[in-house]
Amino acid sequence: MNVAVDPLLAHGVNGWGVILLILVIRLLVGFGALMGAVTMMIWFERKAISDMQSRIGPQRWGPFGILQTLADGIKLFFKEDLVPSESDRFVFKLAPYLALVPAIITFAIVPVGGTLHIAGHAVMLQIANPPIGILVLLAMSGISVYGVMLAGWASGSKYPLISSVRASAQMISYEAALGITIVTVVLVSGSLSTHAIVTSQGGGIWHWNVIRLGVVPFVIFWMAITAELHRPPFDVVEADSELVGGFNTEYSSIRFALFYMAEFMNTITMSAIIVTLFFGGPAGWIPDVAHLKWVFPIIWFLLKTVFFCFCYIWFRAALPRFRYDQVMDLGWKRLIPLSLGWMLVVAGFIVKPAWGFIMAAAVLLASVVLGRAFMLGSSRESGVDSVLPPVGRRPLPEDVLRAMSEGEEE
Amino acid sequence: MIAATYSIPAILVFATSALLILGGAIGVISVANPVHAAICLITTLFGVAVAFIAQQADFLAAVQIIVYAGAIVVLFLFVIMFLGVDQKFHVSAEPLVGQRAFAVAGVVVTVGGLITLMASSHWVSGATSVSGSPLDTGNGNVKQLGTAVFTTYLYAFEVTSALLIIAVVGAVLLARRERASTNEEVDA
Repeated sequence: MNVAVDPLLAHGVNGWGVILLILVIRLLVGFGALMGAVTMMIWFERKAISDMQSRIGPQRWGPFGILQTLADGIKLFFKEDLVPSESDRFVFKLAPYLALVPAIITFAIVPVGGTLHIAGHAVMLQIANPPIGILVLLAMSGISVYGVMLAGWASGSKYPLISSVRASAQMISYEAALGITIVTVVLVSGSLSTHAIVTSQGGGIWHWNVIRLGVVPFVIFWMAITAELHRPPFDVVEADSELVGGFNTEYSSIRFALFYMAEFMNTITMSAIIVTLFFGGPAGWIPDVAHLKWVFPIIWFLLKTVFFCFCYIWFRAALPRFRYDQVMDLGWKRLIPLSLGWMLVVAGFIVKPAWGFIMAAAVLLASVVLGRAFMLGSSRESGVDSVLPPVGRRPLPEDVLRAMSEGEEE
Repeated sequence: MIAATYSIPAILVFATSALLILGGAIGVISVANPVHAAICLITTLFGVAVAFIAQQADFLAAVQIIVYAGAIVVLFLFVIMFLGVDQKFHVSAEPLVGQRAFAVAGVVVTVGGLITLMASSHWVSGATSVSGSPLDTGNGNVKQLGTAVFTTYLYAFEVTSALLIIAVVGAVLLARRERASTNEEVDA
């Protein structure tokens, strides 16, 4: 059976009672920790960004305003739940869950610590270790598009619709670069399972994928995952100066809270995924303390994850938002060719150094050709005139529209 | 009687996936709103993924979700949103004359063929369709598939990818207009 990847389930049905109990406890602890982390993350983001912007930030509830999220949550629960009359009721109610559930499921594959031994059973500190491993991330990021997309469409309102169209285009574009960099990681690790990816990076900082793969895949992955999260500077989906609030404009009360929670949960999960794929997960220096050795990997994992969470907040405070066409250009013209070329070079070096250099030469040649193509492309005519007229009739003929808009200006 | 050949969990999994597949598929053709139909299609794809996992084809299940649910249906929705869902189509009009009769004949032939196949062969045995060494080695599943695609079926695989590229380039060529032709149209 494939489930034998998890040592808990390797011995079959013997002693199911204890195993089931361990499984349930592991699930509950994981879920509870993630929920707690989300409330902390929201507080941390608000506090850190207010420090960066010379504001005070939340301060009313609890020490340093740490209970602010709880208060906000309670407030949102008791607010009136509005469903716009123009909306598609079923899809409108479905969408927040489509955003939240993938965020929770993705965290299940993150190895938080080493392996514990409880009552004679080896317990992985990881909710699930499926054989398809990291592909769960790709599948779930594919599903989470629907949350945003359907929310925007079902709202029956213009700005959310624009936002959802942007979101779907953006997420599909960046998924390619994301997938290719994951392939690079899988190539050196030799396995899809996140546990195997982490164990292959054990044995010191030089074995971490970020260094082993030469930093570039990590940078591409980080950019792509930030775009997938639609966090700043890639937050064209929620660009409040253009789109009011983006796809969640029409949402209120608990459904809005679900979107909000999903966004922060995704931020934490993706930070954890970055740590897992490129920074050795829970790997780190373990001091020789009896009975407490298992704690240190968890602490290392938390420290690394919090660092990346902080970086996201930092991005938000420091970087201006990309324009939509810049987001598309970066994804298709820079990240996808770069990740593809880097993957070929890494694959070549894994086979034989000579192949690696041949691949590097080929990639250089290809990038010259591509650069020339981009130059030719940028000198080309663009805009409406470069595209064939659509089949069928537009709502209003173009000259009529133009006359109307010119008339208004005068 | 059935439980003699199937284990209870296997039946539950099969029933779930069958329900998802059939419910979704019926939804796709019976729902009036195209966006709802797309959501039903996603349900069907998930059902197929569950069926794949039950057959221990984990990689195919993941690819099913990533490619079909994660990309293709998103593109469907994208197009639907661009064109607008408010347009009402006249379902009573037949764009192809006689297509209904052909459709009924096709359904009869397909379902009849399936029933004959199932009755005459040993398809419904409760065992996974692939068994043996690749399934026992954990993620050998993926390795087996990858080896097959990049050695035995390399030619077919590369031809398929070339075909996809040709399709993309062709679409771009058809949709884009050359500068020269634009000028001619302006002059004329």
